[in-house]
Amino acid sequence: MFDAFATLLVYQWLGLDPASHAGAALHFFVMDTTKIFFLLFIIIYIMGLLRAILSPERVREYVRGKPKWLARTLAIILGAVTPFCSCSSVPLFIGFVEAGIPLGVTFSFLIASPMINEVAAVILVGILGWQLAALYIGAGLVVAYVGGVVMERFKPERWVEDYVWKIHMGETPSVEVDTSLPGRHRFAIGEVKEIVGRIWKWVFAGVALGALFHGYVPEAWVVEHLGGKDNWLAVPGAVILGVPLYSNATGVIPLAEAMLGKGVAIGTTLALMMSIAALSLPEMLILRKVIRWPALAIYASVLAVAFTLVGWTFNLIT
Amino acid sequence: MKNIKVLGSGCANCKTTLKLIDEAAKEAGVEVELEKVEDIGDIMAYGVMSTPGVVIDGKVVHAGGVPDRKTIAGWLAE
Repeated sequence: MFDAFATLLVYQWLGLDPASHAGAALHFFVMDTTKIFFLLFIIIYIMGLLRAILSPERVREYVRGKPKWLARTLAIILGAVTPFCSCSSVPLFIGFVEAGIPLGVTFSFLIASPMINEVAAVILVGILGWQLAALYIGAGLVVAYVGGVVMERFKPERWVEDYVWKIHMGETPSVEVDTSLPGRHRFAIGEVKEIVGRIWKWVFAGVALGALFHGYVPEAWVVEHLGGKDNWLAVPGAVILGVPLYSNATGVIPLAEAMLGKGVAIGTTLALMMSIAALSLPEMLILRKVIRWPALAIYASVLAVAFTLVGWTFNLIT
Repeated sequence: MKNIKVLGSGCANCKTTLKLIDEAAKEAGVEVELEKVEDIGDIMAYGVMSTPGVVIDGKVVHAGGVPDRKTIAGWLAE
């Protein structure tokens, strides 16, 4: 449907040649923006209608006081099903610390949350197919679990800012919720506006980058420089490239689509996706408000190593 | 007079919330005392982790996201 629309618009109405660079790029751009925004509106609206979007307050209540393995598993699952914006990382961190949730568990949550969310999951399935979606999500969950465990070994409590320990959180208020159908509809519309308003620019940037890659980068060049599975440096290279780049998890999907289409190896693509979504300078600067540099440096290194291992593993087995 | 506090550490949504409440109060002709709470410790003392939050006369009525106009009008009418 979206493919047909893009074909009609770009090749017939605008009269561009499908074999030209501009034609291919524009076709990709039109197809992916219409498809992704269509999916975004539908998924977020339905989730809003079901009130299926968890608040960080509820997550904290679920995780607190559980044995560590269970707390960590819950934190990762809840991190994966909540599309939090990185601006809530600080209150989340403090709220978890205040509830006595171990720091390693908090780190597991912080890793899982930007990398995986249900919105991105549906779009992953829609664009890349369910096998790749399952690989990405599975690898993300494992990285979040192991990453949190490794962080704990470094005793990151040492580097938590003092004021964090002193904050006392009030009783979580029970906010009245309008559960009538019109109330749910209004809430769902609000969620669509809020989430799409927050991430549309990442989606556009991701699709534009993907479109340029799709239209202009020659396949032979890709295979020579990025694609070769035997090129061990491609994966760490992709991880490092992802650090200054930041995008929402949804925005990296069209870029991944274009890369895979040109023959970049799956592991290299997954490593770049994870690095762009979860490892970024803005996120680090936000977390700097609650933890000091040594902990952040370890956090970034643990993630970089984990993503590299994920990339190598998938390049080996595929 | 109602005392309304908007909890939020300066994100765009918090400013929008403040503006919406201000407009709604003027529209309804209700006098309110509108405050902004930006200190993270103070915000969390209300038990709120997801901003923006709204506190009316000391009671948290909303947390996490910009409230819609209809909801705001409901608070002011109470």
